[in-house]
Amino acid sequence: MDLLVGVPTQNNAKTVGEVVQAIRLGLLKFFPRERVVIVNPDGGSKDSTRDVIAAASINDVQRSSDLYALRTLHCISTVYDGGSGTEVALRAILAAAELLRAKACTIVSPESINITPDWIERLLRPVYRDNFDLVTPLYRRHKFDGLLLRNLVYPMTRALYAKRVREPYAVEFAFSGRLGSHLLEQQIWDQAAGGVGTEMRVTLAAIAGDFRLGQTFLGTKQHLDRGSADLVPAMRQTVGTLFWSLEPNFQLWSASRATESIPTFGAESELTAEPIRVNRKRLYQLFSSGVSELEPVLRSILSPQTLTEIQAIAKLGEDDFRYSHELWVKTAYEFAASYHKSVINRDHIIQALAPLYRGKVYTFLLENREASADEIEAHVEALCLTFERMKPYLLDLWNARE
Amino acid sequence: MWEMIMGELDHAMQELARNFAHFLPRLLAMLIIALLGWVVAYVLKISLRGILRIAKFDKLSDNAGATQLLNKLALPSSSELLSRVVFWVVWLGFILLGVQVLGIVGLQEHIARTFLYLPRLFVALLIFFFGLVAASFFSRAVLLASVNAGSPSPGLLATLIRTIIVIFAVTMAFEQLGLAERTILIAFAIAFGALMLGLAIAFGIGGRDLAKQFLERRFSKEKQEQRQDELSPL
Repeated sequence: MDLLVGVPTQNNAKTVGEVVQAIRLGLLKFFPRERVVIVNPDGGSKDSTRDVIAAASINDVQRSSDLYALRTLHCISTVYDGGSGTEVALRAILAAAELLRAKACTIVSPESINITPDWIERLLRPVYRDNFDLVTPLYRRHKFDGLLLRNLVYPMTRALYAKRVREPYAVEFAFSGRLGSHLLEQQIWDQAAGGVGTEMRVTLAAIAGDFRLGQTFLGTKQHLDRGSADLVPAMRQTVGTLFWSLEPNFQLWSASRATESIPTFGAESELTAEPIRVNRKRLYQLFSSGVSELEPVLRSILSPQTLTEIQAIAKLGEDDFRYSHELWVKTAYEFAASYHKSVINRDHIIQALAPLYRGKVYTFLLENREASADEIEAHVEALCLTFERMKPYLLDLWNARE
Repeated sequence: MWEMIMGELDHAMQELARNFAHFLPRLLAMLIIALLGWVVAYVLKISLRGILRIAKFDKLSDNAGATQLLNKLALPSSSELLSRVVFWVVWLGFILLGVQVLGIVGLQEHIARTFLYLPRLFVALLIFFFGLVAASFFSRAVLLASVNAGSPSPGLLATLIRTIIVIFAVTMAFEQLGLAERTILIAFAIAFGALMLGLAIAFGIGGRDLAKQFLERRFSKEKQEQRQDELSPL
């Protein structure tokens, strides 16, 4: 098999039909001669997801596009139960890829409502034609969208692992058969990681294994529901996974290296700035109440000096409030060291970071209310450099706490 | 006459010497058992202390809030205290064996009764300790969840959870010790029942409209608005 497209589903009947049709159109248009299979591991959907996939006919695609398949386009759907959804689904796709000896594979989210056939080409081509091992996506986003990625996950991953992967937590990505086989043998399936954030673990495993990385611009990232990604689960998937990865990869990240750019196909960053409604007051309230209510918890995680500084800024008024880059980086690194030391339950450590993150987001919104795309980029770059500059602080904490 | 007295005295002395000759080996046996017991107990104490340190038991104790309690009572750390308890339990066991060899009936019975009580004390302490651990864990989980959900009075909620679990653990510990079992159980049932009844009345009758408004605001409109205003973190 040349190409494999994985579409993990679980109650996605509303959107998966369009996604599968876009995938088929993309495959017919850009890879007509390749042997291709679509694999759909379904987590026991209660709606008609599997029926929608089965009903999505290749003839519909051909009728609407005047494209004809030169080979049979296989679509395999299977049901799994038990375990963490994404993890089991990804393992099933990796196993299928290895069994079929697929040269290039891609995973597509069934919720990507704005997917176009081009996405398939942009994801698969660098792997299939240019021998990349992992291709992560880049999206056109609103300037206030994906702030957890821009304020913590990307800068910290970049500073520690020295690779500028803009979307380390990718729901769409492509990988080579070589990387797929490598992933199946790795401890990324370790239950100690909490069974969440598999997508992030794939990226980190590829970095740790020194695989050839690339990133490709896909287009607008549209969310089904803007508030659908709740903060705490999102932090578990990304920040929790990043903290967890620091232990097995200590030798890698503790070595001092300059950060490297990775080849990018298309724009590296596109931000839009249409007005959106954001409840800044609520963010501020959640931060200040979190700092006062969680004081005993924060005391066991943070150093006395950092905690005092955070308590001091929590007393400032909404207009004067500023969570500086330095203080934020110190906070993140102290949380990472405490996670390593397991000073309290690890999931509680991740949850305790959520109110402080809200404080940082509040500052970001205040400082970038009128900012242009370039100014936002400069802001993120400055934060990344602070993370890089203060990396020895994390090493000191890590070694001191050993 | 004099000869009779001397004869009786001689007989008594011989009897005493014979009894002592019978008792001496038993005493020596008891001392050897006690000494052996001390060595075994000491080795167990040292081993247990090492294992508890490797297992970071003191950290668990810190998290449970047990260390603070021990500090207030001027007691050593949890791992040290547990090692010492095990030392004394094991050594007392050996001493009891030794006393059985001596064959002193009354004393033997008393020590046996005391010794039989020790496992119950140990289990009660263990129940109390794990009760503290559970109380600390669940109250922190509730605190974090309520803070992140923006609920009112998260501290009060966490304290309530901690109190309920601690009361429950204390009740179980007292039941294990067999101390005022009925009184403790009845007190617990009354306190817990009163709390639940109070909440039921408050939400069910007294504040029905208020509760309705609160729940509607909390779980529908307000939640919807908040979600609309929420930024996607990923």
